[in-house]
Amino acid sequence: MSNSNRNLKRIQSSLVWRYRAEKAFRWCGVVAVALGLLAVLALFSDIIIKGKGAFFATYMQFEVTYDQELLGIDNFADDQQLIIADWESLYKSALRADFPDVRKRADKRKLYALVSDGTGYDLKARLLADPKLLGQSEIIWLLADDDIDTYFKTLLDGNAYTARLTDNQVEWLEQLDGTERMRLQFNANFFNRGDSREPEQAGIKGAVIGSLLTLVLTLILSFPIGIAAAIYLEEFAPKNRWTEFIEVNINNLAAVPSIIFGLLGLAIFINFFHIPRSIPVIGGLVLAVMTLPTIIITSRAAITSVPPSIREAALGMGASRNQMVLHHVLPLALPGILTGAIIGMARALGETAPLLMIGMVAFIADIPGSFTEPATVLPVQIFLWADSPERAFIEKTSAAIMVLLSFLILMNISAVWLRKRLERRW
Amino acid sequence: MQANDVFFLLMGLSALAFYMGRGRSLEIAGELRGIRNLHSLPNYYGYYTALWCGLPALLLLCLWIIVDDPVIIAVVMDSLPGEVLPSNSVEHTLLANKINNLAVGVLPSAGQSEVLISAAQQLRDLTQLSRWGMAATVLCLALIGLAWGRSFVAAKFRARQRVEKVVQYALFACACLAIFTTLGIVLSVLFESLQFFKSVPVDDFVLGLEWSPQTAIRADQVGSSGSFGAVPLFVGTLLVSVVAMCIAVPVGLMSAIYLAEYANRSVRAYAKPALEILAGIPTVVYGFFAALTVAPYLRDLGESFGLSVSSESALAAGAVMGVMIIPFISSLADDVITAVPQAMRDGSLAMGATHSETVRRVVIPAALPGIVAGIMLAVSRAIGETMIVVMASGMAANLTFNPLDSVTTVTVQIVTLLTGDQEFDSPKTLAAFALGLMLFIVTLILNIVALQVVKRFREQYE
Amino acid sequence: MQKTATLDADDMADSSIKSSVKVTNANPLDITDEHVTVGSYEVNNAKMSIKNVNVYYGDKQAIFDVSVDIGKNEVIAMIGPSGCGKSTFLRALNRMNDTVDGCRVEGDIRMDGQDLYSPKLDVVELRARVGMVFQKPNPFPKSIYDNVAYGPKIHGLADTRVDLDEMVERSLRRASLWDEVKDRLYQAGTGLSGGQQQRLCIARAIAVSPEVILMDEPCSALDPIATARIEELIEELSQNFTIAIVTHSMQQAARVSQRTAYFHLGKLIEVNPTEQVFTMPEHALTESYITGRFG
Repeated sequence: MSNSNRNLKRIQSSLVWRYRAEKAFRWCGVVAVALGLLAVLALFSDIIIKGKGAFFATYMQFEVTYDQELLGIDNFADDQQLIIADWESLYKSALRADFPDVRKRADKRKLYALVSDGTGYDLKARLLADPKLLGQSEIIWLLADDDIDTYFKTLLDGNAYTARLTDNQVEWLEQLDGTERMRLQFNANFFNRGDSREPEQAGIKGAVIGSLLTLVLTLILSFPIGIAAAIYLEEFAPKNRWTEFIEVNINNLAAVPSIIFGLLGLAIFINFFHIPRSIPVIGGLVLAVMTLPTIIITSRAAITSVPPSIREAALGMGASRNQMVLHHVLPLALPGILTGAIIGMARALGETAPLLMIGMVAFIADIPGSFTEPATVLPVQIFLWADSPERAFIEKTSAAIMVLLSFLILMNISAVWLRKRLERRW
Repeated sequence: MQANDVFFLLMGLSALAFYMGRGRSLEIAGELRGIRNLHSLPNYYGYYTALWCGLPALLLLCLWIIVDDPVIIAVVMDSLPGEVLPSNSVEHTLLANKINNLAVGVLPSAGQSEVLISAAQQLRDLTQLSRWGMAATVLCLALIGLAWGRSFVAAKFRARQRVEKVVQYALFACACLAIFTTLGIVLSVLFESLQFFKSVPVDDFVLGLEWSPQTAIRADQVGSSGSFGAVPLFVGTLLVSVVAMCIAVPVGLMSAIYLAEYANRSVRAYAKPALEILAGIPTVVYGFFAALTVAPYLRDLGESFGLSVSSESALAAGAVMGVMIIPFISSLADDVITAVPQAMRDGSLAMGATHSETVRRVVIPAALPGIVAGIMLAVSRAIGETMIVVMASGMAANLTFNPLDSVTTVTVQIVTLLTGDQEFDSPKTLAAFALGLMLFIVTLILNIVALQVVKRFREQYE
Repeated sequence: MQKTATLDADDMADSSIKSSVKVTNANPLDITDEHVTVGSYEVNNAKMSIKNVNVYYGDKQAIFDVSVDIGKNEVIAMIGPSGCGKSTFLRALNRMNDTVDGCRVEGDIRMDGQDLYSPKLDVVELRARVGMVFQKPNPFPKSIYDNVAYGPKIHGLADTRVDLDEMVERSLRRASLWDEVKDRLYQAGTGLSGGQQQRLCIARAIAVSPEVILMDEPCSALDPIATARIEELIEELSQNFTIAIVTHSMQQAARVSQRTAYFHLGKLIEVNPTEQVFTMPEHALTESYITGRFG
């Protein structure tokens, strides 16, 4: 017992620093979790702060006269006339009317630069939609150029960014702002236009449709094949070297860097099968090959979670293996399989690297209408905009990221919902 | 008649075959008084007939579509007079493309030589012929299959077994697709790499210290061999990965330990999914964050300390990559830590160990194989990660170990070399495949080893 | 062991009731809410004394008002049907229940007069003084040497490597494992047989020289030969340690213990010298159990 007492003394004396170590260790854990959460917070707040402006665009009020002579149009049915007509003169004359003092050519050019380059097209579309306007004049809000947009938004925040504007331009803008002729409007263009070189004209509709087409194809290809492979491996495969090899293969494919799938697509689909670049078909093929292992793995997990008693009951009734799988195992495993498929699709939706290899980085202003028209996808659009030098594209990029993230969040929430709702606990 | 029209007709025929096969079996059943006297359910006879009708015809259709174009082009090229036929294969292909474009009407026929115009006409005719031929043969085969399949229908015929066999083969084929994918990757990357190694020796590539592929655009240029020493890329990749792991491993591991061992249930229920949000964010978003927020911030921070930090520093890309990998490590580590049996913890606690002593001396050593495997998988992730480095790190191949400098990585170079249009015969593009091969080999080894370790670990505690 | 004069009035009241109770109920499975432990649950040289202890898992009560003393250098066996709470009770004695979420202990547990559940008490120190051996052998995934050296290392008991070696050898010898493992001290402890693993766990527990060793069905995962060796070991250890052993096997209780406590549905029914429990139990429930009517 004396031995024991000696021990006790030692233990008691060691306790102070041991508890200190305990506390330090615990704090390390708290700090680690906090750092992780802080990263989430920083990422989201950074993107929201950078991107929230993109949902609004600066518009300026002018009186536009649809002057027949200026345009040189007398017949709307004549396409040739419509093409030749000087649409830009519509807004240029309106600007000149407002700022009659501007005389010099260079100054005029700066003046015209206040409104977006695409204004001529916008006015053309407006006139064509409503031909009665010809010869009339109306007071209308015109979309401002991206530099003006940046200026106005920073002005509203209290610290106007004028580095890209001339003194004259600032003066004109102050004049417009002073007479309440500048305002922010909801930026509908962002949601229903394709890409553009002009930040204020650029929208994400083309990329969203491209993503949708690509994903549909990915789903059509990878979902049935993935389920079939999972069923084979779980329910029919004999346990031998060959099936083990397949298993190892699938597990490794799931961890292969995505860029390798881009190389595969380039070498096999484009170079060997001569599928054209940049179209949703090739994107869908590559993403399908990439998501297939994920879908197989999650489907297998869902199938294994169906208890053997169900299988035995079915077989005991004299069902064949196929009937057992089709009538019992598959319906019970379906919620898990669907959850896996949604998560796989979410990954495919966010994937960028392999698509760069297969030409989906091209600048495409048109909104794709089918699987075989050149298209880009949302993450690649983000990449392209992030690479653009114009300051205004930062805002657009962040906004596009918000759109992408909201799609992803939606998909993940639905996966969680599906799991909670439909999955059985055995 | 287009291929997809034929396809839909074929589907229709198969549906018809199903009803015919089923009807025939019901007829037989009627004679025998009741379907109980049939071997299989009537539907199976239907499926059997439909399979005979649809399957061989479908295979023929696919084969036809694949063989169709090359054969027709070959025939047309053969029939060209010898003098217009170019000798080398590149121009041969170009000519074939030209004729093709003429035939489709992309290229206006005005101003083209007679020979080409007639060749284009021939191409059009042959294509037309082939289309009709395809439709006729495929549909004929389908009808023959239908009749053949239906003729099998009999009371004692084991239709169900046959159908199920076909289904199983189909399932097996789907499972084998994974093999084909791997095979496709290996073959494509390997084949192109071998092409590359014909012009650049392997040891120059693996051991060379200078990387400047952009000099080698055309074969006839001076210095066309370029320099393809990939060491700077390997070092750059390593540097970025090391920075990433320096952030991800401690943070990921400690948060896994905290969440698995210390946090109460409600904290765990919120913190774990919140951390896993990081795993679901697309890499392009991280790239944007790294390039436009973290990199400028680090540069300014460095300036205030008098350090010159490149605006494309390995540190920025690595740090953001580390953040991306945190949830990856933490969820893998969490899995293995929770897999360590409670009896281990009890044993240690009952000895009078504090909680952290238990974790550090018993739980972590017990979970170590799994944790190491998780870190290996994370490393393989880091070196294969593309978008963050493409957007946030540089293009210039600097051979440096300073994380404040700009470096380039294997994946960045693959993307740079292969973005946009390119020919498949210049070493510049082929180099990308050689880099891809390296990347594939390294990640594959890491994955295989890690997955084996994890598997062993799980078996140990099950 | 005999009944002893108690120190305070409350206990006196308790013991006066105890002797007056005669259970004549025809159905032994009936257990009234107002139960009273029969037999000699108090001793005069108590190492640990447990008074009116209740243990709850969340809303569920697992242990009902248990009072018992554990004498110095005594082996006390706890028997009873599965789920009767004997393991829960044992884990309350070195506060291992702290590791279970939602587990709450009420009442008074003292060792050498010190309240084990007082906020001032240090759990680490307590557990070093009250060792525990578990149902399933749970050696750490380390070498045999490291398993035994674990306790001395974390508590800083050894100054030199030689000290540590000595401690490891002494513990292994006392656990009568030394001869079997002395040539492979640096091999994994998990590579031993089940019985050896359990003796390793005992060696691990005694390496820090605890005063009390709690054993939670230490032989339930072992074959009869290994069980016999552990039982021999318990007998040897009882010269130096106080041992509380939970067991499922009545024979084992009869072989190793001086006193036996019978638990039923979370209540302590009877505590008496082992011989008496197995020959002429006081309580009808005990009798039913030892004669095999349930359990």
